[in-house]
This record gives sequence, C-alpha cells and structure tokens, in this order.
Amino acid sequence: MKILAPTSAVFGMAMALGLSAGAPASAAECIAPSNPGGGWDFTCRTIGRILTELDLVDGNVQVTNMPGGVGAVTYAMVVNERPDDPELIVATSTVGITQIAQGRYPAPVDAVRYLAMLGADVGVIAVDDDSPIQSLDELTEIMANDPGSIVTAGSSGAGGWDHIRLLMVAREGGLNTLGDLRWVQFDGGTDAVTQMMGGQIDVVSTDMGEIAGFVDSGDIRILAALSDEPIPAFPDIPTAQSQGIDVTGYNWRGLYTGGEVSDAEYDQWVSDLETLYNSENWQTAAVEFGLVPIWRGGADFEAYVREQEKVMADISRDIGVIE
Amino acid sequence: METFSLLAQGFAVALTPLNIALLLLGCFSGTLIGALPGLGPVNGVAILIPLTFAFGFDATSSLILLSAVYFGCMYGGRISSILLNIPGDEPAVMTTLDGYPMAQQGRAADALAISGVASFFGATVAVIGLTLFAPMLARMAIYFGPADYFALYILAFVTIGGIAGVDPRKTLLSALIGLMIATAGLDPISGIPRYTFDNYHLYDGVDAIVALVGLFAISEILMLLEKAARDRAAPIGLDSWLPDFRQIWKTRWAVLRGSVVGFVAGVLPGAGASLGSVMSYSMEKQASDKHGTFGKGDPRGVAAPEAGNNAASGGALIPMLSLGVPGSGTTAVMLAMLISLNVQPGPLLFERQPDLVWGLVASLYLGNVALLILNLPMIGLFSRLMMVPTWALMPIVAAVSFVGVFSISNSVFDLELMIIFGVLGYLLRKLDVSLVPLVLGLLLGGDMERNLRRAMSISDGDWGVLMASPISVTLYVLTTAFLGLSVWLALRDRKRQQARVTEG
Repeated sequence: MKILAPTSAVFGMAMALGLSAGAPASAAECIAPSNPGGGWDFTCRTIGRILTELDLVDGNVQVTNMPGGVGAVTYAMVVNERPDDPELIVATSTVGITQIAQGRYPAPVDAVRYLAMLGADVGVIAVDDDSPIQSLDELTEIMANDPGSIVTAGSSGAGGWDHIRLLMVAREGGLNTLGDLRWVQFDGGTDAVTQMMGGQIDVVSTDMGEIAGFVDSGDIRILAALSDEPIPAFPDIPTAQSQGIDVTGYNWRGLYTGGEVSDAEYDQWVSDLETLYNSENWQTAAVEFGLVPIWRGGADFEAYVREQEKVMADISRDIGVIE
Repeated sequence: METFSLLAQGFAVALTPLNIALLLLGCFSGTLIGALPGLGPVNGVAILIPLTFAFGFDATSSLILLSAVYFGCMYGGRISSILLNIPGDEPAVMTTLDGYPMAQQGRAADALAISGVASFFGATVAVIGLTLFAPMLARMAIYFGPADYFALYILAFVTIGGIAGVDPRKTLLSALIGLMIATAGLDPISGIPRYTFDNYHLYDGVDAIVALVGLFAISEILMLLEKAARDRAAPIGLDSWLPDFRQIWKTRWAVLRGSVVGFVAGVLPGAGASLGSVMSYSMEKQASDKHGTFGKGDPRGVAAPEAGNNAASGGALIPMLSLGVPGSGTTAVMLAMLISLNVQPGPLLFERQPDLVWGLVASLYLGNVALLILNLPMIGLFSRLMMVPTWALMPIVAAVSFVGVFSISNSVFDLELMIIFGVLGYLLRKLDVSLVPLVLGLLLGGDMERNLRRAMSISDGDWGVLMASPISVTLYVLTTAFLGLSVWLALRDRKRQQARVTEG
C-alpha cells in the first residue's frame, strides 16, 4: 500500500485545493460569474474583504466563482433559484449589461435589482505614437467622411462595449452609417495595442487601466478619455466632452441582487455599499486596481443601467448585431 | 554585463527564506496539479490566487509562487501521459504518443527520466532567452499580425497530419471533429451563439480541459469496464526502476530542436505551449523518424514535445511581462493577478520594477533545478504505479477527474459534458481513430479561426491580406515544403515496400 499513499495524498490535495476556492459558510455570499482572476472576481473578493473589515456583515463573505456564458449562467441561477435571497450579491459590469441589451441573458434587465456601481475603468481612444491623427477632431472627421480608410479595434467583438463606445463617438462626430467603420476584435486591450504598434490597425478603443503602461512609455497617444472628469492618474489627457464630443464610456463595476429581494433589504445593501464606497479601504483598493472610484446607487443606479441598456440596444440594432 | 548584475540582484530577491519556501511549495504542488487529469496550470494558478491574497504576499512572492506552479504543472503533465495515457494538462497531449508505448514496453522509468531532463532543458533555454532577450523579442513579436498567426496555425495543422494513426483519413476526420467542437459557443467576433442549443453553459464554448479529461480519462475507464470480465493480465513489468542515462544522452538533439521550436512558439503571444509541443513533436518526427519508430515508443518522441512545451511556457512569460499580452490561458490568469496587485505589466515593467522581474527570473532558474531534483527521485516511485492493478488505480483516476473538473467551475454541466466526451472518446478509440488530432483541433481551432477573421476584418474581406506579409509568405513556403516532403517520403516508402513484396 506504500505505492497508493502518494496517490491518495494527491487526491486529498485536489479536494483541499478545490475547496479552498470558497471560504467557509457565512452570512453573505458574493458570486463572481467568472473564473478567478478577472474583473468580476476582483469585485467580489475586494468588496467581500472590505465588507468584513468594516463589520458590515457577520463573519466572512463567501466568494463563489460561477463562470459561464459571460455571466448568463449566474443570471439564470439567480432569477430561477434565488430571486429572494437577501444574502446574495453578484458582481456585474458594463459587459453584463451589453449582453442583456443584445438578448444574450436568459431574462431581461429588470429581472434583478441593481444595487450600486463603486468604480469604473475609463474608456479611451488611442492611436500609435507616430500616427498622423493628432486629435479627436481629426479622427471624427476621418470617421465621418472616409470611414473605410481606417481600421479600428478593441478587446470586444462587434457590438461589444469597446466597439459601441467608439461608435457613440463616431456618431456624435457625424458618422451616420455606423456599419461602415471597420472593427477588429482582439482578446484584450493590450493585444489590440501591440497590434497597433505593429502597424496592423490604426485606432484602439478600450479601457485605460489595461494599457496605461503603453501611455507611460510613449508608445501610444490617447486622443480622448471618455469620462466626465480627466482621469486622476493622467490629468493631461483631454476628455471627449472637452473636445466637443458629448460621450462618456465607463466600464463600471457594480453589484446586483435578486429581483424579489424586499425594499428594506435592498436599501440596507445600498446603504452598506455606500459606507464601503466612502471608506479609505475601498478608495485605495479601487485605485490600485486601475479603477476610478465612482458612486451611483439605488434608484439612481437602476435608472442609469436601464438607460445604458437602451443606448446599447439602439446601437446594436444600427450595426446589425441584433434585429 | 548589466544583465548579470541585475540577475545577481534578482537572486538576492529570490533567495529570501519566504521566496524559497514558496518556490518549493509551488514546484511540488504544481507537479501534482499537472499530473492530475482535470487540473492543469490554468486551474492550478487560478486556485492559488485567492491564497496569495489571503496571505497578503507581495507581488514578487506571489508571482514566484504562481510561476513555480506553472512550471511545475508543465513537468507534472507528462507523468500521467506516460503512465496512464491520460494527459495531465493540454500541452502534455503529445507526450502520450510515444510516452505511453514506452511505458507499455516496461520503459516507464526511461520515459519519465527523458521527459524530466527534456523539460528541464527546454525550460532552462526559455529562461536564458528571457534573461538575455526579453524586451527585444517582445518588440519583434508585435510585427506578427493576424494573417501571420493564421499561416502559423496552417503550418501546425499540416504537420498534425503526419503525427498519428495509420490511416491519414482517420487523422483528418479526428482533427475536423476537433475543429467543429472549437466553433461552439459565442462567436467572438460578432457575439452570436453558435451550436449552443440555447444552453447558456455552452456560451463560453467547450472548456478544453473538460474535453481532455473526458476523451482520455473517462474513455480509458470505459475501455477498462469493457474488459472487466476478463481481468487484466499480469501488470506490465518494469525493466528497471532506474532510468538508463545513456538513453537520455541519445535524445540530446531532439531536446535541443524541441527547445528552440517551443521557445519561438512561446514568445509569440498568440501561440502558446500547446502549439509549442505540437510543432516540436512533428518537426522532430519529420527530422529524425527514419525507421518509423515514432508513435511506437521512440524516446525522441517523448523528449521533443516535453522540451518544446516547457520552452514555450517559459517563452510565454516574455510577452506577458514586457507587453502585458498573455500568450496562454495560464499567463492570462497571472496577468490579471499582477494587475490586481498593482503591478502594471508592459513596456516599462523592466525599468520600473526590476526587483520583481529579476527576482522572478532568478527564481525560475532555481525552480527548474528544484523541479529536476524533485522529479528524478520520484521516477522510481511513479514508475511503480504501473504495477498497481488497474482495478485499484482507475477508480482513483475517475474520482480525481470528477473532483478536478467540478472544482474548476462548480458546474454539474461540465461533468455531464465530460462524460459525453468520454463516450465519444470511447467510440472513436473503438474505431481506431486517434484522439490526439481531435484535441489539437479543439485547442488550436479557436485561435486559428479568430486570426483568420481578424485578418479579414482588417482587409474588409480581401483574401489577399493572407499572403500580403513576408512572414506569412515564408510560413506558407515552409508549409508547402513540409507537405511536399511528406508526400515524397510516403511515396518512396510505398515503392520500397512494393519492391520488397515483389522480391519476397
């Protein structure tokens, strides 16, 4: 049996490792609808940690990873199985709302209750450092008059958030036939940026956080930040609004809970999350992760989500991603 | 010589007690995770990330731990490939081709030793490359556009044809099934669901590790069940528990070639370890399979893909660190962790955080040595696994497979999918269809398609873009030469055989 001993040790280890992904049972649970390591996972783990640190929940917040269908698997589970569970919060972001707008979730946007957004990654429009395009003005002019002459790219597919917010800029700049602009999907913002440095594409639309290193190194130039205020870490980059293009494109990070959770419990979550948002702990953690802390909560946030879903659905129809 | 002083500084970082302890822990658990079917480096790294947060390690220590796990997995993946014909992780698929036949012939210890040394050599070549050329190589890799990646995948698929099986039509069929499965899920370009049957679990496509465990482990169990009535004959004997070191020396050229090919594949951010091991194996087969011994237990067929996959894993760290572009699923997870630790990988990482980069590089050197030292004495132990009767071994394999797959996603659907793949694998094996091309189609098909479609989006539908760059033209010339050579060799062999038949 000496031979079998290592095998069973291995097996025990697999069990231990498998279980270590989730903490011991506790009062609240945060589901990250992705594998460990991504943005949703960060949302749950960080918010879970700070909720405990601030004594807003009893004990630890259990973080569960439930990947599948860009969040659709979790959405279906919450709607069907735990619509009234006040202990459950789920991480979501602009990406989730895009999926809903394009009908890729099993239930519409009002099937759950949106609690709050606590931070956002800011969308930017970037070109290579030796690109002839010098300003957002020049870019929108090219997009409006000769959209076929440039190739644009980002980390989402056609109709994804990177694409949609670029089209919002293009439409504001005077492009009417949105489908004329060429769009190339890459697996991430840095993939798109390096391909731009290699000369394959001309313009990248993506989140600032991921590509900030290339701005520091001078390999790329940011034409505009799609935010209300300049990005704190890059105060010199002008916003699109300051250049006459009234578009914001945040990739916000937030949370939802079940659709049948009572008003009292919903309000309790919103107020707890607001406390968390205002804490030093969250402000530090968010900035370290490359986010700009931004608060929208409760009814205000619900309205924002619905409005965003509508804009996304409109543009998706315009470019033919949905009927 | 600046590099060497930086590296010396890196060793000072790596040689703190905490970092050495994490390194050894990572190497050991990585080897186990890699060896377990169902748990691969992606899961290993992903599972350990919460731990690094929980213990509050700094970025350097976390990265050392995760890289050690990553490298350990690459060593470990070969163990179950060789002993059980079940690849422990994706890149270890190629090692089953000659590793398992060697074990069947009682040469398990040799196969483990050869692959261990090859892994060490491949990984070391990659780390040396990382030390000397990282930023420069990364700057070159950015000129590899979508059309060039597509050409590279074409080359890889053409070489698969020569890999496995007696009947090339069955190889082709198997690869096509793999490619078809790779198309399931949300279309990455347009977001439209394909072959998902309105099931949200299929939106992300088929997880390669689920398919892999099903095809190899579950089908193996089914094969065993079939013969359960007639108990397996005496366990396979072992010629020796100690490896024959002359055998290792004989594979030196295969190791060298595999390392170089694998490293190149690793440095390209769109390729990765699986492509590295495939290319290494098929190049080696083409270069040195004079007597048709590949696929029947040729030590070089074990050495080349293992050197290749380890060199590719090391190479993949180059685009991750110096561009922030992950070359594989595992490096993608590591990248996400770095960002959440407030480290911004990218062009300035080497200047801004030399302690982190060089501490990591130094710990990779140490980790490789540790893995070799850790692995060689375990050969005796592991090769004795061959003597465990299958009725005792297989239930454990089954349990580990189920637990492994479930622990990744907490999804019962994945378990069902795994069983479906098990049945598919069983049927195909009954029909004498090799499973390796299927897995490769599944592993490489998605990236191949994405790059083709990216190229077409860039050119607005003009196919000429595929032949527009010197890189892609070179790759197509290589592909044509490879095809020509294979056909010529096949024809020559047939003629010789006919000549022999007529003489006889």
